[in-house]
Amino acid sequence: MANNALTGVGSESKQLATWYFTFAAIIFGAQLVFGVVAAIQFVEPSFLYGVLDFSIARILHINALVVWMVFAMFGSVYWLLPDETGIETVGIKIGKLLFWIFAAAIVVVVLVYLFIQVGPADDTTIWFITEGREYIEAPRWADLGIVVVALGFVANLFFTGMKGNRSGIVTVLMADMIAFSGLYLCGMFFTDNISMDQYWWWWVIHLWVEATWEVFVGSLAAYALITIIGAHRKVVEMWLWIEVAMLFGSGILGLGHHYFWIGTPEYWWEIGALFSALEPLPLVAMFIHVLYDWGKTQGEQMGAEHTDEDHVKSVITNKPAFTWITLNAFGNFLGAGIWGFFHTLPQVNLYTHGTQFTAAHGHLAFFGAYATILIGMMYLAIQGTNGIKVMNHTKASIWGVSLITSGVVGMTVALTIAGYSQVLVARAQMGGTWQAYFDGQAGMWFQQAMDWRLVMGVVTLLGFVFLAKDLLTSGKSPVHER
Amino acid sequence: MAQKSVWSDNRFWRRSATWVTGVASVLLIWLTFDTMGQISMGTDADLKNGVTKRVPAPTVINYKVDYVFDSRRGHEVPKIGPEKEKFFGKFWSEEEAAALLHKGKLASQAKNCMDCHTLLGNGAYFAPDLTKAWLDPAWQDGGTMQAMTGKNSKEEAMVAFLMNPDQYPTHERMMPNLGITHDEAVALVAFLKHMASIDTNGFPRNFGRMQGAVHGK
Repeated sequence: MANNALTGVGSESKQLATWYFTFAAIIFGAQLVFGVVAAIQFVEPSFLYGVLDFSIARILHINALVVWMVFAMFGSVYWLLPDETGIETVGIKIGKLLFWIFAAAIVVVVLVYLFIQVGPADDTTIWFITEGREYIEAPRWADLGIVVVALGFVANLFFTGMKGNRSGIVTVLMADMIAFSGLYLCGMFFTDNISMDQYWWWWVIHLWVEATWEVFVGSLAAYALITIIGAHRKVVEMWLWIEVAMLFGSGILGLGHHYFWIGTPEYWWEIGALFSALEPLPLVAMFIHVLYDWGKTQGEQMGAEHTDEDHVKSVITNKPAFTWITLNAFGNFLGAGIWGFFHTLPQVNLYTHGTQFTAAHGHLAFFGAYATILIGMMYLAIQGTNGIKVMNHTKASIWGVSLITSGVVGMTVALTIAGYSQVLVARAQMGGTWQAYFDGQAGMWFQQAMDWRLVMGVVTLLGFVFLAKDLLTSGKSPVHER
Repeated sequence: MAQKSVWSDNRFWRRSATWVTGVASVLLIWLTFDTMGQISMGTDADLKNGVTKRVPAPTVINYKVDYVFDSRRGHEVPKIGPEKEKFFGKFWSEEEAAALLHKGKLASQAKNCMDCHTLLGNGAYFAPDLTKAWLDPAWQDGGTMQAMTGKNSKEEAMVAFLMNPDQYPTHERMMPNLGITHDEAVALVAFLKHMASIDTNGFPRNFGRMQGAVHGK
């Protein structure tokens, strides 16, 4: 089954996957550009003031983040479905039509964000301009469009899974994608009650990012381990199920760590603290254990059988993808796990809630948990589409992964320092008023940290340029074994 | 590998995953029902009778709102009334207050407030948290904002600022002019006062009680 991945040519599902990946990569670039704009505005507030204010740059930064990841996730499913099920994806024509509807809708939403920005306080703004709720600002017409597209996607996945061979990975994906699509509905209604508003808003944001998306990348990691190093399906799928149990077991009630201070009852302190503290556990487990089992059995076997240079080299059939997926295992654990745990207990969160500390966690978590593995999937697609047997690193792929990783880690460290400074001055010392906030922002260490965040943001963008070049040209590079 | 052990049996783990997910989901739904009851908006009658709700009725704008330390709970809690106070020079009926809060909440979304500020601590970190903005010392009588805007009430000063924030800079980082109309600004102030009256389990802590040492105040 693993070999099917190498012959992407001829599968319409895989062709559609490459469309999704291409659009995702473009939006990823846009995310970084608007991120740099927002980072500049922290250092130099007059930059684009009144033209592209911080709020708009940030909306574009975080919405582009969500959109490129969703596109790359859809692309990943269309890519792995033929390999896993052994058949062509059902309803691929509809899938292609939905891709164009989705992409066109995104372009319209972005243009409205850029050029209309805000509206009057009435329903027309909510329907056509912005819903003004962080991460899911998209106006309601686009919400409805997203629901239609998601339903079409889920239908394709279900009918293909039911018709073809339903592997463990496909089963997990089917259950996960239903939850993923259904949860979006929780973020679509309007209420005057801000506590109620944020209660359901977190059902989308948290239950996506800390439950369904995590399980999704677990499935991708499982697929990638089978495809790239030929790990035994039985071992991988066992760990996938363990991971599902641990992720949903901790992540669903871990939602409570967002309910400490929004008007919700005190019992969420204990529930949120306990379950979210367990969230880091599963994040690195599958990868480590699969590699461990793989080394014990298959690795030893291969080592004994093949001592010559060529065979040792080709144990990993896609080196750039494997690099990104290794980064995923550790980035997820560090960014989502450790950086999340730092401020997940209510005793700490009382002071860190709503500070740059959250931004530090957000940057490393989204990168470590999601960006890495989705970029890895793009490399698998390049390998498959170009009929490459063993994909090696190019200069650009090494520069890309090194600069992007250093940049994101650098931003995280800078924002963590900014966060400490802000927490101690604005919150602990001065009690969180308007004046306290700006005194916190004026601190020397805060400002230096923001300078470094900008530098590291530019490093990340530079890394993206190398990555984009590599994604466009690597398929034809002579360094690979064909 | 020990293939026969239950610990390496995929079916066992698949069932475990299903059960764990099911139990966690059921617990979440059960807790959600309880929380919905506790955070649904109170009524005007609750306010009149002194019944404490975590999220009070829109007519809370007719009452004096404060944020005081509760030694039993170990943190600050909102104190609503019993003294009444006029809001923009009048007392608002239930219908008027509800309509005002509705418009204010809409405005908070239509102007993308939470993409610079935080509301209940959630949002962006480019501008101050607005959870207890209504109680911020800067807006009180004798505070800097009334002097800067030339208004002699907190509400009027907030309206003047919201309509033309670029004329009243408090920092190098200025709020942009978002085309907020007078009606929208009044509604936003109601939204802020209502938010300040929500029981947030003591977040933010020590709000407005400490002047800090940065400027030696």
